[in-house]
Amino acid sequence: MLLITCPWCGPRDETEYHYGGQAHVPYPENPEDLSDAQWAEYVFYRDNPKGPFAERWLHGIGCRRWFNVLRDTVTYEVLAAYRLDEPRPELPPAGGDR
Amino acid sequence: MTAEPLPEHPDFLWRNPEPRSSYDVVIVGAGGHGLATAYYLAENHGITNVAVLEKGWLAGGNMARNTTIIRSNYLWDESAAIYEHALKLWERLPAELDYDFLFSQRGVLNLAHTLQDVREGVRRVGANRLNGVDAEWLEPEEVAKVCPILNVSPRTRYPVLGGTFQPRAGIAKHDHVAWALARRADALGVDLIQGCEVTGFLKDGDRVTGVETNRGRILAGRVGLAAAGHSGVLARLAGFRLPVQSHPLQALVSELHEPVHPTVVMSNHVHVYVSQAHKGELVMGAGVDAYNGYGQRGSFHVIEQQMAAAVELFPVFARAHVLRTWGGIVDVTPDASPVIGTTPVENLYVNCGWGTGGFKATPAAGWTFAHTIATGAPHPLNAPFALDRFTTGALIDEHGAAAVAH
Repeated sequence: MLLITCPWCGPRDETEYHYGGQAHVPYPENPEDLSDAQWAEYVFYRDNPKGPFAERWLHGIGCRRWFNVLRDTVTYEVLAAYRLDEPRPELPPAGGDR
Repeated sequence: MTAEPLPEHPDFLWRNPEPRSSYDVVIVGAGGHGLATAYYLAENHGITNVAVLEKGWLAGGNMARNTTIIRSNYLWDESAAIYEHALKLWERLPAELDYDFLFSQRGVLNLAHTLQDVREGVRRVGANRLNGVDAEWLEPEEVAKVCPILNVSPRTRYPVLGGTFQPRAGIAKHDHVAWALARRADALGVDLIQGCEVTGFLKDGDRVTGVETNRGRILAGRVGLAAAGHSGVLARLAGFRLPVQSHPLQALVSELHEPVHPTVVMSNHVHVYVSQAHKGELVMGAGVDAYNGYGQRGSFHVIEQQMAAAVELFPVFARAHVLRTWGGIVDVTPDASPVIGTTPVENLYVNCGWGTGGFKATPAAGWTFAHTIATGAPHPLNAPFALDRFTTGALIDEHGAAAVAH
């Protein structure tokens, strides 16, 4: 089970949270100008990296606020957790075989 | 009911050749789908200058990690057509491949626990019948006749309000399916190459011309990707994106028991699915872990919830012990339907996005993917499952009939 640190509530078990997919996917600035292919990109295509991934989590059983997590999709190590108004943090220095 | 003995292994299953410098077709991934594709390329299209490349060992990925359930009771016409084609192929494959992989048509029950489940199930039975798929709606007392160990008491937290039943559905011995396909593909001249990881793609403009591997460069007229959870990684190496997300999916087996469980039971609502393997283990699965992952292991709370549901539905399981758990990586699409077809790269084809239900489709995935690779165009059965449906909006939304939350 993942141990995720909510920026407001501190470390809690994975079961308190709800997963929200990739972070930093902004709504299109000029939606009326988008082609069908660009809409498909926005609606259906998300990154699926093997390694560090910025994703959204909701602390549903706690403060009920959304925040972002930087997590390694291979080791499942939670590398950082940060508020939605904060930029994606720089990765900590690589350790092990990452 | 008696436990069936497992078939004897043939002495010789396949050669272990060195990769040649070029092939007409290279398939990436020697799981069920890759092997079935190679078999049908040779059998249906006469294309035998084929290599199937596998980074690990043959059928050691999701093919070794699934719960072996085969059924075709999907809602939409496109899905019913391809899964029913698969089921018809399953019915003839043991004879055709001359290998008894214990395909057992013991039926599948999909339980309903809410009024909405009931309405969805009754609707799906109607849709199935219109598509020539065998399906029945069973009331709780009829459910109990099909599977006497199932608790259909109204006093459970989520009582069984009925269920759909597909009598022709069942299970097959997954490893033996892979070996049967591998043996026959090998006999037809296909090179099955294990320990061979694709690390890059050779391209001439927008056309693929081969693959880079840890065992050298292999030229190919056409390349087919059948790598399940790693399809997104391969697509990125080839220079395009797929609308898939990779998730861990877990399953577990109990110790061996006398035959107690005569069919397959699935519950989308309380979320467990159970059958009893030929040897006697109770085989159980649950939903995917919510988050993306490539770690081939999942969260413990998923197992905990699935076991709680299993014990409530099957009180006799309370004293069974878990023997082992394992996880595979499944590639999930936004509409819970696969992608089988062309890609933005010429001569590069993809079969992916089967999510939690790829095993049942193995023969039809191979049949249609082989057709697509051999002719450069989709078979009528896989044409609706093209990548461009995410642009046109012609989705095939099978979240309901997928029966596993993803």
